[in-house]
Amino acid sequence: MTNDLREETVMLKKTTMPTNANGYAQLAADVLAQAKACGATEADIVVADGETFSVQVRVGAVDRLTKAREKRLGLRVFIGKRSATTSTSDFSKASLDRLVADTCTLAGAVVEDDVSGLPDAGQMATEQPDLDLYDDTVLDTDTQIDWAKRGEAAAFATDPRVTNSEGAEFDSSSGRVVLANSHGFVGSYRSSNFSLSVSPIATESATGGMQRDAWYQVQRKFARLASAESIGQEAARRAIRRLGARKVATKRVPVVFDQETAGSLLANLCSAVSGYGLYKRASFLLDQLGQTIASDLITVYDDGRMVGGLGSRPFDGEGLTTRKNTIVERGVLKSYLLDTYSGKKLGLPSTGNASRSVGESPSVGPTNFYLVPGEKSQQEIIGSVKEGLFVTELIGFGINMVTGDYSRGACGFWIENGELAYPVEEITIAGNLKQMLKDIEVIGTDLVFRGRIASPTVKISEMMVAGN
Amino acid sequence: MPEPVQLTTFGVTEIEAQQALDRVKVRDVEYADLYFESRTSESVSMEEGIVKRAAKSVSQGVGVRATAGEKTGFAYSDELTKRDLEVAADTARYIANSPKGHSTVPVPTQRRPTRDLYPIERAKAEVATPERVALLNEIDAEARRYDPRIKNVMASFNTEYKVVVVATSDGTLVSDIQPLSRLQITCIAEDRENRQVGSFGGGGRVAFAYYREDNRHLSYAREAAREAILNLSAVDAPAGVMPVVLAGGWPGILLHEAIGHGLEADFNRKKTSAFSSLIGKRVASDVCTIVDDGTLPFRRGSLNMDDEGTPTGCTTLIEKGILRGYITDKLNARLMGIPLTGNGRRENYQSVVLPRMTNTFMLAGESDPQDIIRSVKKGLYAVSFGGGQVDITNGKFVFSASEAYLIEDGQITKPVKGATLIGNGPEILTKVSMVGHDLKLDNGIGTCGKDGQSVPVGVGLPTIKVDEITVGGTQR
Repeated sequence: MTNDLREETVMLKKTTMPTNANGYAQLAADVLAQAKACGATEADIVVADGETFSVQVRVGAVDRLTKAREKRLGLRVFIGKRSATTSTSDFSKASLDRLVADTCTLAGAVVEDDVSGLPDAGQMATEQPDLDLYDDTVLDTDTQIDWAKRGEAAAFATDPRVTNSEGAEFDSSSGRVVLANSHGFVGSYRSSNFSLSVSPIATESATGGMQRDAWYQVQRKFARLASAESIGQEAARRAIRRLGARKVATKRVPVVFDQETAGSLLANLCSAVSGYGLYKRASFLLDQLGQTIASDLITVYDDGRMVGGLGSRPFDGEGLTTRKNTIVERGVLKSYLLDTYSGKKLGLPSTGNASRSVGESPSVGPTNFYLVPGEKSQQEIIGSVKEGLFVTELIGFGINMVTGDYSRGACGFWIENGELAYPVEEITIAGNLKQMLKDIEVIGTDLVFRGRIASPTVKISEMMVAGN
Repeated sequence: MPEPVQLTTFGVTEIEAQQALDRVKVRDVEYADLYFESRTSESVSMEEGIVKRAAKSVSQGVGVRATAGEKTGFAYSDELTKRDLEVAADTARYIANSPKGHSTVPVPTQRRPTRDLYPIERAKAEVATPERVALLNEIDAEARRYDPRIKNVMASFNTEYKVVVVATSDGTLVSDIQPLSRLQITCIAEDRENRQVGSFGGGGRVAFAYYREDNRHLSYAREAAREAILNLSAVDAPAGVMPVVLAGGWPGILLHEAIGHGLEADFNRKKTSAFSSLIGKRVASDVCTIVDDGTLPFRRGSLNMDDEGTPTGCTTLIEKGILRGYITDKLNARLMGIPLTGNGRRENYQSVVLPRMTNTFMLAGESDPQDIIRSVKKGLYAVSFGGGQVDITNGKFVFSASEAYLIEDGQITKPVKGATLIGNGPEILTKVSMVGHDLKLDNGIGTCGKDGQSVPVGVGLPTIKVDEITVGGTQR
């Protein structure tokens, strides 16, 4: 299995690289055939390529410009119930020959795993709808620089207290994924992303204290981006409102999570219902299917077919049809997120949530995972709190997925008599996710998809806030 | 000394590399470099008592960079033909005001790294898969033997073998071979409804034999199992400000978050760090001296040279409480007119260079660790941590304990559940009142993230007492 440097030199001899989906489909078919010849009983292959462009401007000037094309191929083989995964960025014949041989050797070295294998042939996706994930707009470099410059300039123009900047970044990328397996499945789709983020720094003149914040947007289609100016202004507003933040006394109070931080709670829920954590007995939601796990206000969907969605895809990382799954319905856990392997471990069918990094075996991931909005505006929710915390940012990794124990650094605003009284920082909020989900007592109307996981504002009846 | 790696390893001639540098280093470009990288990563993992997964990935490519003033132009390619180098060079030089014209850079001279901190033969770093499988099987058995309440053991062994050649417009051509490995174990303990987790791991730029020396792998397994079992009896953590004693070793993550990131030169050049104007000022009590040292043999955070070809060094960040210096890469050292410290690092050829830490630790003090614990009437003793994070601009940082105990009347009493500790970087070390004589470096598990890039790092700490810090538990 060990390679020396000389062999790697051989790998670098190039053959022409196929650059279209048909070319990749042929490449995939060739590699699959070769894997079979090497003794593989089943195999699948992912080929991904893409182009990325990124510009960062800082204080009005270009700080960094990055441009690249990349490609990668991942192979998974099964020899009976043994399997291994490999990947490479070198598509030359010599390299791929060796990749196949290496993969089969690796598979021979691990232990048989009874539930391993591809999904059944009959389960493979038969239709691949166009989910409107790709935009062929090609932007020239100067246009992209301009977007970043305008975003940052708008932040500076918003308020004289915006004195500095960590910069603004505009990114555009597009790519193609081809997945094929030894059942004869071949699927492919293209996708694109356009994003702008602005990160201004505000300074309080009296103390010199600095605060940063950021705002961003991501869209599949360039034309759907909100103006650069609106992003810059929102970023500035967020940084400025943090000036003069202080610590508060340690106290148990209601906590309102804004859309971003509520989204992080939903991401915690998403991890807890992922098949891999469950069968390893490493989730606090073990054995809870059909049980009440959250307040009856909570309904959560994972929808892989949302048109233009940032997490949408026509088929999952194993080639199964994606769909809309009800995860939680009025507080009752209705479904886990599963791929074939974790599903078999739990005695359940896949939910079409296999996610696949090119060089790894499938795992489970959300598509568009969201909390169904409620009926109150954010302002009404804050207005309902006599004394409490409005959280706008969480930092750190103090979440124990096995127990649900939760303790994270926070900043935001202290709420007094239904109003945001002053900004707060250097505090923690703590509780247990099992209880926190049950203690959600109000949900906002303000659901906006800014990523694959989205939530409206939520209010938790009480948590421990630690400060002075 | 490691044998120099020739550019031909990447299918590129020295002439082609020089032509690419000529092409990118147009008049306004002050500095340009080519970073060739080939990386082979392998992993095996086990769960439920069987080694089910094995994976291997191979990647290679080149990153081409130009800097002009504060600007960086960057392109990368996984194809290494002359044409690909030219395209990348043209992209990188786009940032120059007059991206035309041509210059001649000095002919690069191959230079050997001046030392070899990790002289490991490839065959001894990347052993055959069956040997890795056997290691994991023994770990599983040992963890389960530790206590019948251990219900699942998840273990993984990862290796990376990285070959790097850097060619720069200042005439340097230098290479390094960087092996890296890590063994990580997580145990789940169950006692009726109570389920808890414990983790332990270690590694470095070491040969496979390291893990079997004195059955090190089995001691890791017992540690992970011990932490999981201990947590079965943990009580809720307290909330509020209190004295905290940090054990030696991995709790050095405090330094990484509280001051390390804030002393990276880029944030200070941009004046976005809470430490921006504090050089020469007191930022810690006089018992604190903190260094960043990339030259420790076999350590996870060590490098013979950084990713710009600069030999790594040992940089004093804080000397007896006074802030002495920043850690730098070439761009920031040049723009700030401060010394180059050999901290220019990148995750891979697809990433730009940033000033990053290597091994960051506090030097030993004079206190007896037992006296430090005895000095606390009511507080927390934190032995192990998960991750941490910092907001560079306001200086607020957190790090989360995974093994901690209450201290009551100078005695360590009950284990407590994990809790996040939060503090303010420029202040927290002024509250360090005692430093133990027991400096310990971590076991080699740290991965630092910045700007989306992960790099391996080390931390270290003697036992210290922090007079007050906010502990984010749930109990008053």
